[in-house]
Amino acid sequence: MSIRIKLPLDRSKISGLRAGERVLLSGHLYTARDAAHMKLKEMLDNGHKLPVDLNNETIYYAGPCPAAPGRVIGSAGPTTSGRMDSYTPALLEHGLIGMIGKGDRDDKVVEAIKAKGAVYFGATGGAGALLSGRIASSEIAAFPELGTEAIRRIEVVDFPVIVLIDPSGTDIYRTNVIKYRNIREEAD
Amino acid sequence: MTRVIECRLVTELVASLCIEANIILPADIADVISSAEYREVSPEGKAVLADLKLNMAVARKERIPICQDTGMAVVFVKIGQEVQISGGALTDAITAGVSKGYTEGYMRASIVEDPLLRNNTGDNTPPVIHIEIVPGNTFRITVAPKGFGSENMSALKMLKPSEGVEGVIDFVVDAVITAGANPCPPIILGIGIGGTMEKAALIAKQALLREAGTHNKLKHIAELEDIILDKVNRSGIGPGGLGGRVTALAVNIDVYPTHIAGLPVAVNISCHATRHATGSL
Repeated sequence: MSIRIKLPLDRSKISGLRAGERVLLSGHLYTARDAAHMKLKEMLDNGHKLPVDLNNETIYYAGPCPAAPGRVIGSAGPTTSGRMDSYTPALLEHGLIGMIGKGDRDDKVVEAIKAKGAVYFGATGGAGALLSGRIASSEIAAFPELGTEAIRRIEVVDFPVIVLIDPSGTDIYRTNVIKYRNIREEAD
Repeated sequence: MTRVIECRLVTELVASLCIEANIILPADIADVISSAEYREVSPEGKAVLADLKLNMAVARKERIPICQDTGMAVVFVKIGQEVQISGGALTDAITAGVSKGYTEGYMRASIVEDPLLRNNTGDNTPPVIHIEIVPGNTFRITVAPKGFGSENMSALKMLKPSEGVEGVIDFVVDAVITAGANPCPPIILGIGIGGTMEKAALIAKQALLREAGTHNKLKHIAELEDIILDKVNRSGIGPGGLGGRVTALAVNIDVYPTHIAGLPVAVNISCHATRHATGSL
């Protein structure tokens, strides 16, 4: 069973979420990956205003394929989140509350998620064709010069995710993999 | 007998192979994903495998890429020594084909011109091209788009001969555990043992092209493939890294003679979308 949550998020909507729970997200969010994060961090370091207000917003680590004629967007699955780790605590400090990606995060990010009561969701890596069907609209919100790495504002409808790191800092990668380690030896 | 091949035909072939490879997975890969779904015991893992199967069907039906990371195009060319290329340079024709395929196929431009300055080239060029000259007058091209979620997790080590087979196993299993969820498991492992540093890496990449579920014809290497597959699938990483027993779908090892002082090992990690398409002229 999945929990339905409307975007944008706020702390009351996510405080009860637990690692491993399935969620269907609907509403708007922003895509941003390596190059956009580098630019956002640079702007913060120089004291500039960010091109999008991140307060209570969710970032989807994704660089979609171009839309073919008649489509809203091309394939649009998650990219590896860990590459954004060095930028993430600063963005959480500036209001970011949700992230969607794949792969584990470093200790600093987990600590920042806990401190801010934020949430890190996972979408199925490699399922970009399937996930693109849950995106209803897409427009460039910042850095158009970055091509696929531009920040896009996208509307999602019942976008399927799993809670990877919940607001208490519990990480499903760290808890679940242990359960299945050496499974065959135990089963035999 | 000498044969002349026009560059524009090479460009057309490469363009269509880029598109096909990104939309439709080879049947052997689709088969091992399907059988993995029955073997998986973790509910989270089963859900990921079901998503991947559905994703393959959507990509095929709607003619859109399986994954948004349509990769860096790795192009393997086998050209007979009796073939003459006319109308331009072969590498230019291949590069033009990649540009055409990625642009007309609405696939992502993922290549930056300078690895440090990082400006996107806009059409996914240049590809990485490996040309092999063979006897006869055949001309065969394989396009293998490689995504970087998994490429980034690949590793190479120059082992000491004394580390032997145990050293190889430990190195590969460590690489998979370090990779965790990042390469989008279930993965396929291409492993190259022997040669020099670059030869090990190249045969690891070529090993990914081998049909999933088949073994190396050398008995001790075929056994090693089974041992590594078993160990990797006991890691607990599972589909999506969410825990489970199907971490890898296949382990393909290739070997090459090496130096008395060395035991090079390269492991090229690939996601379930181990894409490749082959065509001839």
